[in-house]
Amino acid sequence: MIRACLARLQQKHRTISYPKTAPALPEPYCGRPAINPGLCSAECRECLEVCPTGAVSKEGNALTIDLGRCLFCRQCEQVCPTKAVRFSREYRLAAGSKSDLLVSGDEMKLAQALDKKTKELFGRSLKLRQVSAGGCNACEADTNVLNTVVFDLGRFGIQFAASPRHADGLLVTGPVTENMRLALQKTYEAVADPRIVIAAGACAVSGGPFIGLSPVHHGVDSVIPVDLYIPGCPPHPVTILDGLLRLLGSI
Amino acid sequence: MQTPYAVSFRNGQSLAVGEIPVIPIERFRDSVIAAVGGGGRIASFFAVPADGAGVRLYAVLADDGQGTLSVLSCDVQDRYPSLTPDCPQAHLFEREIAEQWGVVPEGHPWLKPVRFHAPFDGRRDVWGRTREQILPSVMKYFQVEGHEVHEVAVGPVHAGIIEPGHFRFQCHGEIVLHLEISLGYQHRGIEEAILRGPEKRLLPFMQTVAGDTSIGHTTAYCQLRESLAGGCVPPKAQAIRGIALELERLANHTGDLGALAGDIGYLPTSSFCGRIRGDFLNMSALLCGNRFGRGLAVPGGVCFDLTPKTAETLAERLTAAKKDVSTAVNLLWNTPSVLARFEDTGVVQSSICRELGMVGVPARACGIAMDCRADFPTGIYQTSPIAVSVWEKGDVFGRAYVRWLEIQKSIDFILGLLASFPEGPIRTEMKPPATNLFCVSLVEGWRGEICHAAITAADGSFRRYKIVDPSFHNWMGLAMALREQQISDFPLCNKSFNLSYCGHDL
Repeated sequence: MIRACLARLQQKHRTISYPKTAPALPEPYCGRPAINPGLCSAECRECLEVCPTGAVSKEGNALTIDLGRCLFCRQCEQVCPTKAVRFSREYRLAAGSKSDLLVSGDEMKLAQALDKKTKELFGRSLKLRQVSAGGCNACEADTNVLNTVVFDLGRFGIQFAASPRHADGLLVTGPVTENMRLALQKTYEAVADPRIVIAAGACAVSGGPFIGLSPVHHGVDSVIPVDLYIPGCPPHPVTILDGLLRLLGSI
Repeated sequence: MQTPYAVSFRNGQSLAVGEIPVIPIERFRDSVIAAVGGGGRIASFFAVPADGAGVRLYAVLADDGQGTLSVLSCDVQDRYPSLTPDCPQAHLFEREIAEQWGVVPEGHPWLKPVRFHAPFDGRRDVWGRTREQILPSVMKYFQVEGHEVHEVAVGPVHAGIIEPGHFRFQCHGEIVLHLEISLGYQHRGIEEAILRGPEKRLLPFMQTVAGDTSIGHTTAYCQLRESLAGGCVPPKAQAIRGIALELERLANHTGDLGALAGDIGYLPTSSFCGRIRGDFLNMSALLCGNRFGRGLAVPGGVCFDLTPKTAETLAERLTAAKKDVSTAVNLLWNTPSVLARFEDTGVVQSSICRELGMVGVPARACGIAMDCRADFPTGIYQTSPIAVSVWEKGDVFGRAYVRWLEIQKSIDFILGLLASFPEGPIRTEMKPPATNLFCVSLVEGWRGEICHAAITAADGSFRRYKIVDPSFHNWMGLAMALREQQISDFPLCNKSFNLSYCGHDL
């Protein structure tokens, strides 16, 4: 017992002060991209060719990056001869609709809070059931990490429940494999209405690296309706937390 | 030991496909069985489509003592005599071959689907199912009958934040007589997709074969790709890859020890290790911006240089983490109630381990000193060796303690590397892969041996790319560990293996 107490003292207080202060992110961290349309030339297609998931599209010289497909590999930035694409250190990425994930300049359309009635129900206590539907365990791991003392998810009134029957919503990872489709639908149906669904990670938003493969669907909303999209491969834990807090109107 | 009719090669060495002997199935079968009986191990066993309904089978055998690999092949039509009755190591590989290519291993004692997908290339289904009838976990299960025997079914959706799988326990009271594990829910079709391309998707696929092993699988792919192109990797890049691989091990081992403590309700270590695991992930992010090391390794080297300033920060953080993880983990070994739950729980005998061809931590925990970093060293491990950590008993304690031994060695390994870091470039240009080559690349990921094997076609594209995650070898080991255990110990036993679902399902 005394050893455990001494260890506790040595391990110190570790909970980060986010959202009061900005999170500490490593120097090479790759966040939201911004596009400077003035620098992009109409005939150049290098970024489109290099993108592994088809996240970059172009009409004339209007370049668009779909954050829902983006793996944040920075290859479009590296090949761009005019530096029209720049990745920033902006970690806030979650959006309420897929169209809000399309970046064509440097604007941000972040997720809005739930409607008044739903917010009244969930704002102070939200229980989520996590379903991995083809996720590679990176999104799952960085969701799980929210339960550690570092993020201390419980202080925001959010908890992961062991059963969909005890949950107010689902947080889904993975592109939804055909083999998980039915299980995901059944889990969704087991959550009482009103319920919310969060798609976390590029796979869950769009299919991610697995877009177009026959054993997978292209994201959670191809199977059940989604209220919050969190991009990233995987999203940084603080990106997930930011999305959850925005949805609840806490920030 | 030299396997007759096989050609020997080193880890990461490319051979001309034509050099690999093609022998009759009877000889192939006898050779593999003899090699495994003599202490060898099946590292990979897969089929490549041939004309008609036939396939060419390739068996890659590992001789851990000698540090050599060997390969042999044979042509079969739609059926062949199964190796499994005489060589249990082949059991899951033969089921996989049957499911992928519609080739029946006759006499296989439990021929069932592995991942529940339609056969490749529109081939026939061995079980005669239509496409609509192929549903996950729909198959015949082992059943135990008798007074008070009952069955417990769990999954695919579990209580925690983990991947999906289906588990069926045959129980007598609280005691598990048998556990059958049915996976495939995470099947995304990576092996087929690699062949179809485009090439720019390959790295993302490798990074997500098993997301918690991004560095391990990407390194295995890079090594293989570099060998096929005849390229070399600068020493500094090798050192950075080594650091990343050990950081991946540190994060996962620390997380596992915390989770083991959590499963027995010992919250101090659970809480501390959950946080320290994140510290190791943040060290990977310090190298390349991504907590899972994505984007770091590429064929030809690495994309991020390790500056002296970053090296200094890394060494500082690692030294601090060493102190924290030591205090947190040593609580486990000094707490009798923890030891009472860890010791003698979920024992896997070393004989079972060898028969099943298990790898990694569970194998080392029952006294089998195998580790690719020592047995088949490549990259930085050729010049900076790392000792193998073993324990005797094969129980939950052993699997936990081996992780602790490895944590200490990995920290010292990285600190040692940082103290004398190679200079020079971090990346070289990579040529396209050469034609008609065969190559195998082994990497000791944190779970165990990762094996990638590839064959290139006449145009240099991949004709076959076979991935074996260590979990593929070890899931059956978990089933064996549960025998005669209380069903309530399943979470603890499961966590002590912590196998990958998506790495198995591909």
